[in-house]
Amino acid sequence: MAAGQSIKPVSDALLEVKRPPVPRSYGQYIRWLLLFSGGVLMVMPIAYMLSASFKYPFELYNLNLIPEEPTIENYTYVLEDGRFYQWFINSMVIAVITTISNVLFDSLVGYTLCKFRFPGRMFVFIAILSTLMIPTEMLIIPWYLMSKSFGWLDSYWGIMFPGLMTAFGTFLMKQFFETVPDDFIEAARIDGLNELQIWWTVAMPLVKPALAALAIFVFLGNWTAFIWPLIVTNDQSLYTLPIGLTTFSVEQQVEWELIMTGAALATIPTLIVFLIFQRYIIRGVVMAGLKG
Amino acid sequence: MASVALQNLVKFYGKTQVLHGIDLTVADGEFIVLVGPSGCGKSTSLRIISGLEGATSGDVMIGERVVNNLEPKERDIAMVFQNYAIYPHMSVRRNIGFGLRTAKMSKADKTARVDEVARILSMTELLDRKPDQLSGGQRQRVAIGRAMVRDPAVFLFDEPLSNLDAQLRTQMRLEIKKLHQRVGNTIIFVTHDQVEAMTMADRIVIMKEGRIQQVGTPQEVFHLPANLFVARFIGAPEMNILKGHWRDGLVFLDGVAPFKSDVSSLLKSQPVLVGVRPDHLTVGGESPLFAGTVNVLEPLGSETLVYVTVNGTEVIAKASGRAPPAVGDVVSLSASAEDMHLFDETSGQRIT
Repeated sequence: MAAGQSIKPVSDALLEVKRPPVPRSYGQYIRWLLLFSGGVLMVMPIAYMLSASFKYPFELYNLNLIPEEPTIENYTYVLEDGRFYQWFINSMVIAVITTISNVLFDSLVGYTLCKFRFPGRMFVFIAILSTLMIPTEMLIIPWYLMSKSFGWLDSYWGIMFPGLMTAFGTFLMKQFFETVPDDFIEAARIDGLNELQIWWTVAMPLVKPALAALAIFVFLGNWTAFIWPLIVTNDQSLYTLPIGLTTFSVEQQVEWELIMTGAALATIPTLIVFLIFQRYIIRGVVMAGLKG
Repeated sequence: MASVALQNLVKFYGKTQVLHGIDLTVADGEFIVLVGPSGCGKSTSLRIISGLEGATSGDVMIGERVVNNLEPKERDIAMVFQNYAIYPHMSVRRNIGFGLRTAKMSKADKTARVDEVARILSMTELLDRKPDQLSGGQRQRVAIGRAMVRDPAVFLFDEPLSNLDAQLRTQMRLEIKKLHQRVGNTIIFVTHDQVEAMTMADRIVIMKEGRIQQVGTPQEVFHLPANLFVARFIGAPEMNILKGHWRDGLVFLDGVAPFKSDVSSLLKSQPVLVGVRPDHLTVGGESPLFAGTVNVLEPLGSETLVYVTVNGTEVIAKASGRAPPAVGDVVSLSASAEDMHLFDETSGQRIT
């Protein structure tokens, strides 16, 4: 470069890179169409639920998503019914306790199976995994007989006990703890922490994404649980939301608009939980190598 | 500070024996380096000293205590790991202070101790950072700081420089050596890099297949290797080994005039292996031993490595960096008799 010649700033226009149009194939259009169809299929029931919650009964079987005469009377009715709050609280208590229990115990067992070498370790792990192959429906009768013999029918404990620890959660956490280098654990051991302190102080913070993912799975599973709470409870004051909503059905008539309103309200906590933690769900599922 | 003694240490993993009776005494305040190829048992020995693994038999003594049945935390040791093992969710301050969690000290004393260690390691301005905001060398310094903060009797280092690039490794090597000179604690350092071992250690322990091959100062293991393995493992490029024969105080090599060897342990005529380091084999020189053709040159700046074929065997010699020979040249190579090492052809042991 000649002496005294200065470097001129490049104009902004030159820096704007014009991207060539992305070539689109028919295959791509077909994929989009399939994905769009799948999306519509999944969203439609929710949209219908929301729409129905703003409709009068006479309009209920009209599939229009926009009500001709929108009303909030259904919400007023459901929210003024004291039982709804009781069911909401029941669901919340059960979902929160089972979530905390799973986060603690699944991770404790997963950590033990992952980081300790002891005789029978693989046997225990395979035994836990094998329970994943048994459909829930097959377990209901043993669960019921256990509840009955222990006097847990019609109690929070009876509703919660089958879900306080899960094989899925244990497996998920074990897989995640595999990603925690043993050096961290050994360094803490040399630094004088006991095994429980190491699990809590060192290992647990390193698997936060997995804990969040597990918490969401368990919370959603228990919030929406239907069959087991229905079987184990007779006392209406112990009903969870999904069971409570069915009481809007009477012998001659099902009050769908009220069921839809209750369901719409019941969706709110799960939506909040999901929106806050969704990135953890995706990370959790990807890292565990599982399909959602 | 404390001495460390390993007495007839044996370790089996299932049916595989990985340590075959290790005996070693490390003096109080000594910097000792365990070196050897992968699978030689150096890391296993270190883990047994730390208490992270138990020995199948034998004793570990730290100071006057037999610590076989003590937990790692009860042994008054600190360990620096190859992967640093600094906790990503904690700041540098919390990482360094982590070892003091269980110490019976006031919070103010703990803070003062962390600040002191950070000052020694020149990390004061990094105390509030998280590990992902640090370079590799800084992370390693945090790991060292976490070990230092407890002022343990013995520091254990498990290949702590392996993950660093060459330049940083040289720098950290020097820092660790300076640190040892300053704090004076006993250090047991494991590495597979013989240059690290030579530059840092007061004494080097060379291991192979679960057995100690030689214990000595860097000068001893370089100039008086106990066997063929040590001779080849220490020094880069490795020692040239040639087949020869000893008879009546003379060593005979193919195509070379016999030279005198004052070994006293040989009584009869026998085949030997003759070792000579490239550092001691110079191109030209006053007492030429061999002549051969130059195959390859490796210029290193101050000197040039010259690969020469002598009677079908390739040997490495060193030549001046400024005026090396050319490929294809026929050159003479010289070495003095005192730099020639004799080894038993069968056992590989040094013949003295």
